[in-house]
Amino acid sequence: MTSEKRGPGFYVLTAFFILFVLFLYGPLSTIFILSFQGPNGGLTFPMNGVSLRWFENLLFEQQAVGDFGGAFSRSLLLGLMTMLTTVVVSLLAGLAFRRRFLGSGPLFYLTIASLIVPSILISLGIGLAFNVFGLEPAWYSSGFGAHLTWTLPFGLLIMFAVFNRFNPAYEEAARDLGASPWQTFAHVVLPIILPSLIGVGLFGFTLSYDEFARTLMTSGSFNTLPLEIYGMTTNVTTPVLYALGTVTTLFSLAVILIALATIAVLRKRRARRLAG
Amino acid sequence: MTLSRIAPYLQATPLTLILAAFLVLPIATIVMVSFWDYDSIQIFPAFVFTNYEETITSPVTWSTYLNTLKYTVIVWAVTLVVGFWVAYYLAFHIRSATMQMVLFLICTIPFLTSNIIRMISWIPFLGRNGLLNQSLMSMGVIDQPLEFLLFSDFAVVLAMVHLYTLFMVTPIFNTLMRIDRALIEAARDAGASAFQILTNVIIPLAKPGIAIGSIFVVTLVMGDFITVRFMSGGQSASVGLMMANQIALLQYPAAAANAVILLVLVLLLVAAILRIVNIRKEL
Repeated sequence: MTSEKRGPGFYVLTAFFILFVLFLYGPLSTIFILSFQGPNGGLTFPMNGVSLRWFENLLFEQQAVGDFGGAFSRSLLLGLMTMLTTVVVSLLAGLAFRRRFLGSGPLFYLTIASLIVPSILISLGIGLAFNVFGLEPAWYSSGFGAHLTWTLPFGLLIMFAVFNRFNPAYEEAARDLGASPWQTFAHVVLPIILPSLIGVGLFGFTLSYDEFARTLMTSGSFNTLPLEIYGMTTNVTTPVLYALGTVTTLFSLAVILIALATIAVLRKRRARRLAG
Repeated sequence: MTLSRIAPYLQATPLTLILAAFLVLPIATIVMVSFWDYDSIQIFPAFVFTNYEETITSPVTWSTYLNTLKYTVIVWAVTLVVGFWVAYYLAFHIRSATMQMVLFLICTIPFLTSNIIRMISWIPFLGRNGLLNQSLMSMGVIDQPLEFLLFSDFAVVLAMVHLYTLFMVTPIFNTLMRIDRALIEAARDAGASAFQILTNVIIPLAKPGIAIGSIFVVTLVMGDFITVRFMSGGQSASVGLMMANQIALLQYPAAAANAVILLVLVLLLVAAILRIVNIRKEL
């Protein structure tokens, strides 16, 4: 364990970990490879030549069913709305929970409940509530709210972890130097927690962008991307399905990498400033 | 002075309003509608117990709930074992903090991509002409393709483990990282074997993380319908799937009654986990 020499346990667990990573990434890599299937190829191996046919089909041709472009832009916009709201609301709530206030206990349990109530219940409940109140469900209203019930608990838990480790001495120092509460927040607290806020934003965006169950009954007449993909699984029998999988996964990966790179740059800059 | 006293209330207001509108109100609506009546075209306000009666007295409901519990127990057991060892490896065998972070991110990234696509990606692997069958046949292990790989309970459990293990890894990793390494040193100095350290020091201290991970996995599997529908090819049932079917048939009050029963069951399971393990200090 902490001994200098690696015991046999280390090698067994390393092998186990490698298998786990293969298990996580193996299936994804098969659809990645199959999306380059030749024009006459099918949904399974072997590869029947290599081509960009299915990407072409996905991006430039009218699909028999569905509206990939529209679904993508709706999901993108919904993801951005969810991301911004999650960051702002979790940050505010995180600040609130640093002090005792009446009802903090129930609000905390409510947030946790939001995490453990099954998605389909949220979906059904919001759908029914809109129905009872005579409102038309839409991805930007009921769907948006449904996504927030999933992203906000994660955001708040991340804020808890951040503020638990936050040293109040920084704020006290700022206050002693005459900073107003707003100045303390903007010039001291915010720069320190900025990397974590980007993490919250990343969760907010990706969880919303990929959410299926909570959107099912709340998206109204227009599909989001996951609903569109699900619809395709039942009636599309060509590798265009994999091309779509590859494109959206690459998009998710790009978002994740940009967020991680931004966090790394911010951390490094801060470390440099502290050192210098 | 007064502003600083009301500040937390103002800061907590957006969260409270959102949860009230999109969590509390919808669940209240479900409870209300579960007593409503319906015919083949619409639902209407009433106060009847028929939705519950029909749900509880139907043998289909019981077998569906049992099947869901079966998935839950199997997936929980597998994700617990896999998740614990992955977290243990990251926490105790990886020595540099950077490496720990990198490996942890490698485990996390798939979680941030689409569940549906991760499910679809099993098809070319497990299918009748999939990679696994092809390689097993070319190695001469089997003569004809294994049929149980895709569209079966096996596929459902495999996909759920694939989707949900991270929910076990993260909280356990979190608690393992907080274990004071001096305790392990002390146990070793006192003559404990590696196995004794694991069972007497590490596992007891990891219990809160195990509990949080278990709550995640149990609630995710209990409410799942998409994995069951997709990976079983419509051949297996789960409570979530039963609800989704009722919703598709516009039998909202029946779905609502089912939802209430599911919610009670899930909350009982969570309460049972919390009774065994106190997670208060984790939060």
